[in-house]
Amino acid sequence: MQEPAITPELVAAHGLKPDEYERILEIIGREPTFTELGIFSAMWNEHCSYKSSKRWLRTLPTSGPQVICGPGENAGVVDIGDGQAIIFKMESHNHPSYIEPYQGAATGVGGILRDVFTMGARPVASMNALSFGLPSHPKTRSLVSGVVAGVGGYGNCFGVPCVGGEVRFHAAYNGNCLVNAFAAGLADADKIFYSAASGVGMPVVYLGAKTGRDGVGGATMASAEFDDTIEEKRPTVQVGDPFTEKCLMEACLELMATGAVISIQDMGAAGLTCSAVEMGDKGGLGVRLDLEKVPVREKAMTAYEMMLSESQERMLMVLRPEKEAEAKAVFDKWDLDFAIVGETIAEDRFLIMLNNEVKADLPLSKLSSEAPEYDRPWVPTPAAKPLADAPEIDAIEGLRALIGSPNYGAKNWVFEQYDTMVMADSARTPGAGAGIIRVHGTKKALAFTSDVTPRYVKANPEEGGKQAVAEAYRNLTAAGALPLASTDNLNFGNPEKPEIMGQFVGAIKGIGAACAALDMPIVSGNVSLYNETDGSAILPTPTIGAVGLIADTAQIIPQAVREGDVALLIGETKGHLGQSALLAEAFGREEGDAPAVDLAAEKRNGEFVRANYARLNACTDLGDGGLALAAFEMAEAAGLGVTLSVATTAQLFGEDQARYLVACSAEAAKALAEAAAKAGVPVAEVGRFGGKTVSLGGAAAPLAELSALYRGSFAKAVA
Amino acid sequence: MKAAVIVFPGSNCDRDLAEAFRAAGADVTMVWHKDSDLPKGVDIVGIPGGFSFGDYLRCGAIASRSPICSAVVEHTKRGGYAMGVCNGFQVLTETGILPGALLRNAGLKYICKTVQLKVETSNSAFTSGYNAGDVLGIPIAHHDGNYYADAATLDALKGEDRVAFTYAENPNGSQRDIAGVLSANRRVLGMMPHPERAADPGHGGTDGAAMFRALVGVLTPA
Repeated sequence: MQEPAITPELVAAHGLKPDEYERILEIIGREPTFTELGIFSAMWNEHCSYKSSKRWLRTLPTSGPQVICGPGENAGVVDIGDGQAIIFKMESHNHPSYIEPYQGAATGVGGILRDVFTMGARPVASMNALSFGLPSHPKTRSLVSGVVAGVGGYGNCFGVPCVGGEVRFHAAYNGNCLVNAFAAGLADADKIFYSAASGVGMPVVYLGAKTGRDGVGGATMASAEFDDTIEEKRPTVQVGDPFTEKCLMEACLELMATGAVISIQDMGAAGLTCSAVEMGDKGGLGVRLDLEKVPVREKAMTAYEMMLSESQERMLMVLRPEKEAEAKAVFDKWDLDFAIVGETIAEDRFLIMLNNEVKADLPLSKLSSEAPEYDRPWVPTPAAKPLADAPEIDAIEGLRALIGSPNYGAKNWVFEQYDTMVMADSARTPGAGAGIIRVHGTKKALAFTSDVTPRYVKANPEEGGKQAVAEAYRNLTAAGALPLASTDNLNFGNPEKPEIMGQFVGAIKGIGAACAALDMPIVSGNVSLYNETDGSAILPTPTIGAVGLIADTAQIIPQAVREGDVALLIGETKGHLGQSALLAEAFGREEGDAPAVDLAAEKRNGEFVRANYARLNACTDLGDGGLALAAFEMAEAAGLGVTLSVATTAQLFGEDQARYLVACSAEAAKALAEAAAKAGVPVAEVGRFGGKTVSLGGAAAPLAELSALYRGSFAKAVA
Repeated sequence: MKAAVIVFPGSNCDRDLAEAFRAAGADVTMVWHKDSDLPKGVDIVGIPGGFSFGDYLRCGAIASRSPICSAVVEHTKRGGYAMGVCNGFQVLTETGILPGALLRNAGLKYICKTVQLKVETSNSAFTSGYNAGDVLGIPIAHHDGNYYADAATLDALKGEDRVAFTYAENPNGSQRDIAGVLSANRRVLGMMPHPERAADPGHGGTDGAAMFRALVGVLTPA
């Protein structure tokens, strides 16, 4: 087949800028072949190269005594004691999900699960942070139903429990939804598998599903803004097969146990290209591939198509040659394709052959380590004006505005479509703070949360970035867990715009400061830029996924509010209403500055809650909706009413940080007050749980009525 | 008591089912679907939940043609015990060991939550640990749990006291609220809810544990 001539138009269609193309010419000293152009485009796009973000990502804290492996591998690895490790990462699948919601979301889940089991871990928990446009927007309902079904369709079949996540709606996501998928797996700390190849002449082995033409150019698509040609991009979305992935996972884990695996890399974005380059580059080796040996499911595939296909459920491994027969037996057992498609070579070469014809011959190290890196111009986000004329509202009306919105209504419509209990270790399923799973066969448990408040980040990227980490810290703490580490999924608009880059830089500074202060290093992550449609950007959404350790399941803070329990507020209340949920939902105003985050207070208050877990019948972090929403949710979950003595709008709905609401006996409340005085932690009794009425200051309404509103608002808005 | 838990590609509740048996005192062997024989001396076969063969074609249909399923059919014909949970129930109806079929949920969505199950009969090895009329909290997690059989079959199941469990609030459109049925000899149970997910205090509920305890009690030689 005649390959197309390399023209400026073809180069541009591959998402490469003229100066980037010049760099290619400089590196190879000649015009690239069509396949080579495709390879450069796959390696140098934003999604794979992090060229706009790398410089800033380096500033994040990534180490600590608990960190076994930080960013740079398929997922981060964190020590949980007793020779065990938790391996986790969060990754976006935004663009594909907007184009094709079911498959886009499904393959997002599939990709993140592969990242985890590639490292030798069995996935044990997943979460999904979803952001959609307004429910009234014509696309939203189909996106919500498709994305939720896709997340469930993949994860349920694979057999990993979903333990948490977020769902939000905002007009800024009308043309660009966000699907951020998190997965975590367990492994023995001394049995982690990495991607660096070692040894010359070692067989490069292809495993899993066959290669088709699906997803060719997917990573390049995901690195561009959307416009009205979006429908034409549908073929760049991959199709998922969770059954094959489940078999691939079982086969990989069995194979790893035989000692046959030297290195392993899953084929995700930019498929065969990215995985082979990664293994070679990390090991300081070259790689030769003979493409005619690649298992294909379509006829007459070109080298270009095979190198750029994003067909799912595939792995590349470097195996010990003497274990080949053993390895093949494992894959025959699981009826998966297994083929030796190349070998490691000593020269710095990425040599791609098809039927003995050279299709690409590139210096391998230049593809990855020497990919372009930009210091994009950025301008700091102008300081937000403080909120003028903070409104007053009848407290029950304010609560109704929140719980009647799909943003703050119960999310059972979503979570009940996910298997939240498979593996039979779920100690807390989604819907109430952090999710918890027991570490199988031990007394330990792990808590998981995913958090960000995009309104805050937009108003004040640095405080908003801090707040996302601080909220994750509080959610883990409220479950009784010691926060261990985090993963960040940074969703922003077009980084070539200095104001968007300014949001990114600000958020990174805030996240970095909070992760350092709260000892939650970033161990893995993903950046998704160009989340814009027709020039209009999403709210900056740096999602923080975090993991905490509970040494003994007996230390889990329960959610067992009892009749007559005291409602105790931990932390200082100033009544910050700027950028609050109340302001947005009840008044349609997104004004003012984000609440300030006092990291020292976060740490102090968090340590206080964890130290006093045994005195608490229930605990929740205060976030969106402040004290009023937290107290309602805590009471409603127990089927009880609540009476709060505080009365002003600012006290009830203010979103000051570093706060928790706890329920405890009167006796425990007394002891807590004494302990708090010693620790320098502000504590105030704010009311009582019990009865069947929700009473906030002077206003009151029957629990049953509010509960019906709370439990029905989500389905009413989107179903 | 010796239990065998069958593992198909795509099974994902096999470990959970095995552990529930073990916790009740059973000796459990995992059996791969390509095997054509059950281990010697097996008292009960457990067919676990999950997505055997990806639920492709029809839930349970491909699994029911696996080599091991011929052995399971023979085992039940000889009067052997078997229980199928969720996908396992679908496999049992596909083999013809149990009557009826599991259709897509009436609401067309996958549902995972704890539901209230009513014990309809205590007259079986599976349910002898309960009293008829007991209400249990047991999780469901399925997309295709809508039990269907023709009217004559449903009447016969009722007449022969072979409906093991019904839903207190029907979540999936099942005929006559049926959640689990017994074979004519009362030695095979198929049920959509997952008793193995409510068998340990760590699960948040233990209403399913009595089923495994009762089985071990009945099937362990005195």
